[in-house]
Amino acid sequence: MIEKVLEAEGLVKRFQGVEAVRGVNLSVAAGEAVALIGPNGAGKTTCFNMIGGQLKPDAGCARLEGADVTGMTPRRLWRRGVGRTFQITAAFASMTVRENVQLALNAKAGRVGRVFGRMSAAFRAEADAVLDRVGMRFEADRPCAILAYGDLKRIELAIALAGSPKLLLMDEPTAGMAPGERVQLMALAASLAKRDGIAVLFTEHDMDVVFAHADRIIVLDRGSVLAEGPPDKIKADPIVRAVYLGAGLASGTVR
Amino acid sequence: MTALTPDTLLIQALNGLASASSLFLVAAGLSIIFGVTRVVNFAHGSLYMLGAYIGWSLTRHLASFGAFGFWGGVFGAALLVGIIGVLIEMLILRRLRRAPELYPLLATFGVVLIVQDVTLAVWGPEDLLGPRAPGLTGFVTIFASRFPVYELFLIAVGPLLLTALWLLFRRTRFGLLVRAATQDREMVAALGVDERRLFSSVFFLGAALAGLGGALQLPREAVNLNMDVSVVVEAFVVVVVGGLGSLFGAYIAAVLVGIIQAFGILFLPKVTLVLIFLVMGVVLAVRPYGLFGRVAASERQRSPAGDRVLRPLSVTARVLFGFTILVIASMPLFAGDYAIGLIAELLILAVFAASLHFLMGLGGMASFGHAAFFGIGAYGAALALKVLQWPMAACLLAAPFAAALAGLLAGWLCVRLSGVYLAMLSLAVAQIAWAASFQWVEVTGGDNGLLGVWPAASVASRGAFLLLTLVVTVATLAALRVAAFSPFGYAFRAARDAPRRAEASGIDVRATQWAGFVIAAGFAGIAGGLYAFAKGSVFPTYLAIDKSVDGLIMVLLGGIGSLTGPIVGAFAFGGLEAELMASVAFWRAILGFVILALVLVAPSGIMGLFGTWFRKARNPALPA
Amino acid sequence: MTILDRRSFVAGATSFAAIGSPAVLRADDAIKIGEVNSYTAQPAFLKPYRQGWELAQEKVNAAGGVKGRKIETVFRDDGGKPEDAVRYAGDLLDAEKVDVLAGGFLSNIGLALADVANQRKRLYLASEPLSDALVWGKGNRYTFRLRPSTYMQAAMLVEEAAKLPAKRWALVAPNYEYGQSANKWFKDLLKKAKPDVEFVAEQYPALGKIDAGATIQALEAGKPDAIFNVTFGGDLTNFVRQGTTRGLFEGRSVVSMLTGEPEYVDPLGAEAPVGWIVTGYPYGDLNTPEHVAFRDAYKSKYNEMPKLGSVVGYETVNSIADALSKAGSTDNEKLMSTLEGLKRMSVFGPIEFRAIDHQSTMGAFVGKIALKNGLGVMSDWSYRDGAKYLPPDSEVKILRPAG
Ligand SMILES: Nc1ncnc2c1ncn2[C@@H]1O[C@H](COP(=O)(O)OP(=O)(O)OP(=O)(O)O)[C@@H](O)[C@H]1O
Ligand SMILES: [Mg+2]
Repeated sequence: MIEKVLEAEGLVKRFQGVEAVRGVNLSVAAGEAVALIGPNGAGKTTCFNMIGGQLKPDAGCARLEGADVTGMTPRRLWRRGVGRTFQITAAFASMTVRENVQLALNAKAGRVGRVFGRMSAAFRAEADAVLDRVGMRFEADRPCAILAYGDLKRIELAIALAGSPKLLLMDEPTAGMAPGERVQLMALAASLAKRDGIAVLFTEHDMDVVFAHADRIIVLDRGSVLAEGPPDKIKADPIVRAVYLGAGLASGTVR
Repeated sequence: MTALTPDTLLIQALNGLASASSLFLVAAGLSIIFGVTRVVNFAHGSLYMLGAYIGWSLTRHLASFGAFGFWGGVFGAALLVGIIGVLIEMLILRRLRRAPELYPLLATFGVVLIVQDVTLAVWGPEDLLGPRAPGLTGFVTIFASRFPVYELFLIAVGPLLLTALWLLFRRTRFGLLVRAATQDREMVAALGVDERRLFSSVFFLGAALAGLGGALQLPREAVNLNMDVSVVVEAFVVVVVGGLGSLFGAYIAAVLVGIIQAFGILFLPKVTLVLIFLVMGVVLAVRPYGLFGRVAASERQRSPAGDRVLRPLSVTARVLFGFTILVIASMPLFAGDYAIGLIAELLILAVFAASLHFLMGLGGMASFGHAAFFGIGAYGAALALKVLQWPMAACLLAAPFAAALAGLLAGWLCVRLSGVYLAMLSLAVAQIAWAASFQWVEVTGGDNGLLGVWPAASVASRGAFLLLTLVVTVATLAALRVAAFSPFGYAFRAARDAPRRAEASGIDVRATQWAGFVIAAGFAGIAGGLYAFAKGSVFPTYLAIDKSVDGLIMVLLGGIGSLTGPIVGAFAFGGLEAELMASVAFWRAILGFVILALVLVAPSGIMGLFGTWFRKARNPALPA
Repeated sequence: MTILDRRSFVAGATSFAAIGSPAVLRADDAIKIGEVNSYTAQPAFLKPYRQGWELAQEKVNAAGGVKGRKIETVFRDDGGKPEDAVRYAGDLLDAEKVDVLAGGFLSNIGLALADVANQRKRLYLASEPLSDALVWGKGNRYTFRLRPSTYMQAAMLVEEAAKLPAKRWALVAPNYEYGQSANKWFKDLLKKAKPDVEFVAEQYPALGKIDAGATIQALEAGKPDAIFNVTFGGDLTNFVRQGTTRGLFEGRSVVSMLTGEPEYVDPLGAEAPVGWIVTGYPYGDLNTPEHVAFRDAYKSKYNEMPKLGSVVGYETVNSIADALSKAGSTDNEKLMSTLEGLKRMSVFGPIEFRAIDHQSTMGAFVGKIALKNGLGVMSDWSYRDGAKYLPPDSEVKILRPAG
């Protein structure tokens, strides 16, 4: 592995005195897809929020391409190349699919302070190109509010990609999708990552997806890293099997 | 000069506690209803007033039964008002469950208007003095001062009721459901609970509490027709300061408000008008979700506008707008002065409503104090004319700057909050501005206002002024439209649709919302400046709650999902009100019924009603 | 869009608007009065006012009108908002083509209407608003007022207050111009009459929102010998009830504005504050022939006793009618010069619209509250002619820049 895009060290977060994350170290290299897995409430989203700037860690630090970015606002992180999707999906519901992406592109170009000129006239082709990448080109004119859940996930991905990220954080990108769709979306994300050299960190409850697309897996339990390694090793790890995977492997999902 | 002996301080504290109990009764019901149903029940003050009036009638009829008669009358009133509450829920609010968030508020406002006139018709215009409570008519002597026994009784009512409600919520299944629903509405629906019964019973409880609160005022206050609005605003303050959904918080806030009022009277007798709003402003600035509120409560309720995609005007709509502009522009040729004046006024209201719509429709920030900026614009223009002796054009330009400046300050405070908290903080800010306009007599002329703000000679005629107003209005509405479709407009909506998403996509949500707030304030200021010249005068009423509520009604009535909505709403509401007031005695009730009918028939406003129809009419005209 | 044909719309609705009164006769050549008032916001005073108004109008028309022309009135409700009052004043002048304007209850609305009158050069007879500014500071050529102003009522009460031994005074007034200027005049005039008085507490509760207990305690804290009260309506009722229970009035004199008006003392019933020195209207005991005739006519038409509002409404119409018939025209310039110095007989006695400031000399009754049949009434009252309670002309000229 070459240079790490993301390095996090000793991340700690407490909620009302309870440690939700207790000293997590993790790193992701360019072009690498790392899965962060663990049971509900393990602290995955909290880790994402500390890396993405939504939460300030109580201790520890995060480095992006070697620079300390701990506690930066999501906006500044985004400008430095961190794109993310959320567990509770949220696209801009009052806009069309294309407008969602165009807005991100306008933000990228520093144009969102402008009160003149139609937003929808700018970056149209660029937006369509991004939509093409996530397979949503043909839905471009549909309002987001009426999209199916899986499509919304794709829009979120497109919005994140519009910022040409170096690091992509995807919190349960396939939750709520049909099984076939899940693999497809994750395959898409993984291939984009490989092609553009994006570092991808994702959480996922669907083990088929995880084992098919993760280069490396980090298992989190009650805020601590339980195990880390390539999929084969994780699959075989007896501790992991005991506390987490268990019978889940058979059905392909833990939920 | 005032001798502050310890007994004065003690008695004043007791006075504060007695008022606190009364306030808590109303606030508790309001809080429970909001917590479970998410309805901002503007009619809660009307229920309180009805409790007082019904209690007055019942206690008189039962007077021969002595103490039994009195308490029977008081509890009978609470019961009847509870039933009225259930009726309001079943007949009106239940039908609005799927409507966008603020429409039930509009409906309850219709109820306020109707109850005002019904009360006037049934009980007459005179203040009614109720009986004293049998057995509690005397006083106790505390140090050297007398203190009424009934006030002591009221002081006890607050904690007693708090305990009773606590037991109800902790020990019964109903209470469990209420708490669950307050914390997470979807969860209750998921539990398979009969939502309708839960809502009805919650309305019964909340309304009965308000009725009880009203009836318990009988021994201490005259029953009058203005009880409703003054109490509901104070109750909102209490609920919000305490933290939504927290009954304990509501009680503490009621005590805080009561005590501060009582001591304010002692130390600052002239600023009592604004004191509780200052308290609310400070509390919300420091603790954005109230003393005992939790963030989670308001996190999920977003987007009062629904998720309508904004589209450029269709050809039909353009033609219609063009035609309307032409008709208005040619009015001086055929219409009478009154009609011309009225249309000019409605155009100004349309600008005001559009500015509020920009804020709440696009920005998702429902302000209950937007009239402050309208009024500040009006005062800005009037003062520029009268004090600085500027020419009219310069005064009209000064108006939006004055308002935007105020918006810069107010926005800084307000955009940190959302939902009801934002609404209430904006209300507090507006009340403070209103009180300033009312009490800063040397500058603003106090309640007498500033007179003689008549237009320059070149536009002194009604026709010329209409044309000026039309030009400004069209330019303003066009500018708002351009802004809505600009990158900023999209970012502004993005901040409403999904703030976390926006922030993670490089949009500074706070700054965007702040800028949007300032823009909306500035545009309201344009309307205010024009209004000052249209009326020739400026008054504190321009900044009053009524004007802010008028703005809300116009926006909601027109339909919040479209940029044309506020314009239609302004013409519909402003025109209707002017015509009704001019010709009908019970105009408030009629207006109330019209609002109710519209909300029930078109739960997303007039434009919502025509929306489908327009879309159908438009589509064939568009290239496929 | 459609432009409403407003005149026909309103014509149909006007008769419906009259609260409990038969439709107004419409003669084509009738003289029209435009009347703007806060009917829905201040119904307690304005319902009797409206009844008095209609009684007078009927009487004038039954006697053949003014020079053979009937008078009729177009009423507008401003809902208590000055900006709406301004709009309806415009409406009345533009659409209804009224000959004169009248009405107003709240001071700020009176002033706003006066400003419109000035701008449109139309006669405005303010019936009720008490603000001194209406005829003085902001007085204008076109505005006249019927009722005794804040200054006049304060002066009448100061005369009585000065006779009391009390040295320490506490004041309570609603927090708006009327209350503030009543207090100001009371203090100025009393200090002049009796330089050793002290003002030990002042309270300004918001209009309609008095927190009576706390206000009373704050007054009590000043340990006054006497109290001057300006609150009225619901504030007064609450103030009296709480004050009585808390013993605020015991061993103290209370001097109180407007409290003897049945509008405000009736709701108190048997709890009316006996012994207060007040201005007001002794409707039951005033037995001058003019008043008896008025009272009988009012009683037989409405089956209730008149209130002060009834007199104000009644005399507003009569004053306009007298001015019209004396001027012999509806020409406003002529009407104005007729009204300046017009002397006529009111149900309270002779009054004059002073040329110097357009204030009528209609007076008020000063007396003490007593109980009669479980209702507060005025006792030991006497009529105070307004002419005697106005500043000297030289001062008036300074107070009224408009001349
Ligand atoms: N804002 C918050 N306040 C208090 N506790 C929180 C907050 N956010 C998360 N927690 C708690 O922290 C712990 C970790 O939560 P987190 O959301 O990170 O888990 P997760 O691994 O993402 O779970 P899931 O698989 O359900 O998404 C949980 O116990 C959760 O209840
Ligand atoms: Mg999670």
